[in-house]
Amino acid sequence: MRYLVTLKVAAQPDGPPPADLMEAIVKLGQEATEAGTLLDTSGLAGSAEGARVEVAGGRLIVSDGPFAEAKELISYALYEVRSKEEAVEWAARFLRLHRDLWPGWEGEADVLRLFGPEDFAAPA
Amino acid sequence: MTSPDPHRAVEAVWRIESARVIAALARMVNDIGLAEELAQDALVAALEEWPRKGVPDNPGAWLTLTAKHRALDRFRRRDTYQRKLQEIGRDMELRQESAEAELDDALDDHIGDDLLRLIFTACHPALPAEGRLALTLRLLGGLSTAEIARAFLVPEPTVGQRISRAKRTLADRKIPIELPPPAELPVRLASLLEVVYLIFNEGYAATSGDDWTRPSLCQEAIRLGRVLAGLMPAEPEVHGLLALMELQASRIPARTAPDGTPVLLLDQDRGHWDRLLVRRGLEALRRAGELGTLGPYGLQAAIAACHARALTPQATDWERIAALYRLLAHLTPSPVVELNRAVAVGMAYGPARGLEIADGLQDEHALRGYAHLPAVRGDLLARLGRSEEAAAEFRRAAGLTRNARERDLFLARATALSA
Repeated sequence: MRYLVTLKVAAQPDGPPPADLMEAIVKLGQEATEAGTLLDTSGLAGSAEGARVEVAGGRLIVSDGPFAEAKELISYALYEVRSKEEAVEWAARFLRLHRDLWPGWEGEADVLRLFGPEDFAAPA
Repeated sequence: MTSPDPHRAVEAVWRIESARVIAALARMVNDIGLAEELAQDALVAALEEWPRKGVPDNPGAWLTLTAKHRALDRFRRRDTYQRKLQEIGRDMELRQESAEAELDDALDDHIGDDLLRLIFTACHPALPAEGRLALTLRLLGGLSTAEIARAFLVPEPTVGQRISRAKRTLADRKIPIELPPPAELPVRLASLLEVVYLIFNEGYAATSGDDWTRPSLCQEAIRLGRVLAGLMPAEPEVHGLLALMELQASRIPARTAPDGTPVLLLDQDRGHWDRLLVRRGLEALRRAGELGTLGPYGLQAAIAACHARALTPQATDWERIAALYRLLAHLTPSPVVELNRAVAVGMAYGPARGLEIADGLQDEHALRGYAHLPAVRGDLLARLGRSEEAAAEFRRAAGLTRNARERDLFLARATALSA
């Protein structure tokens, strides 16, 4: 089963992320890839470079970023795992790195399952 | 929101870490059976301790360290302690206070080789195929005996016996837990890749709407394939096999109709193919090609890639597929490969040319009782307008297959041709 893990930042100290953190993130990504688990991942540029398309009141509205969000989405990772708990474990390892290597950083990761063939199977 | 089940969290960590823990212990105690027992002891300890104290920051190191302590305890209790200690050597001379940090470094240095040693040993040619499969799933996949039994549709005690017999064979024949010497590598690697592909096919051949435990075997095989690609990045066939599995698995969502009937490749809704797996498969195939000439797995992946690249069945490059089958037949001559070539040639150059090849296989001993020979002939004959002969071939195919869904498919074609 596949899980999408999205990372949102709530608060972070000024300045770029510490080099130690970046190095540890690369290492963890490599580990998860070599474990056959990480299928895809990327960091996301700030919403100032993005746009939003929405439908409201019967109208289609396009607006440029940045979005006034309390928490900004900054990365995603797609995992192939055998249980939800495994996906949670990888997400926990990822957030632990932020806790340990970037004091003052706060944020959250959502762990969401993707639909797979089993969701469309005929009832047995 | 609710709190997660702590036991399931421990099991998840176990699934992620167990192969590496067993691999590290196997190097230390030089005995796969004992290594697994010790690792299991550590799991039991984790199940007791983690739900109370929380999962440690480095759970893999915790499990390995705990298992090492169990090993020491056991050896101390035995009079063989001194001898074993010498065998095991420096590895076991732990200083409690700095042990965890040391262990981290040690794991980082050795872990790749340890895992490879474990995989090569579990897939040793001295073991029967079923023993290799069960041991690999148990040691490398972290699957329980019950899970393996469910996946292979055999009773649990049978799997238990296969595993214990395999372990005993390794011990009795004093098979060292080591990487194969370079001269043996091609043969040993072939044995290893065969195990992974057998696991994959066990799941792939059985994929059906009412039994979703078996696609999990495909999943496990692909995961092992990805692990191997990380451990042996320079071996073209490792990437070739991975490419083949990723590409074949990309079709799983389209291979069965909602009612469970199989859907043949050319009838599948290509919109349901898993594009992510297609992309990963093509990427693995590219890597295999860059590393050297394609071997049997790489060639089969290249054939699968021809289908993956075709957005419609009509867009399939059959000439290329026929040529690839020719290369494959050259590398691994087999009547089944030749039969597949007959299909491709029939598509590329017309049914008469395909039938010529298929007819040449009629007396093949290996294909006696093989339902796909009459089925392929039936298809080619039908396209040549020889309906009666074609219907007879499909009836023959229906009589030979052991798969009920397939039988229905063949009978339906026979009926349509007789109408």
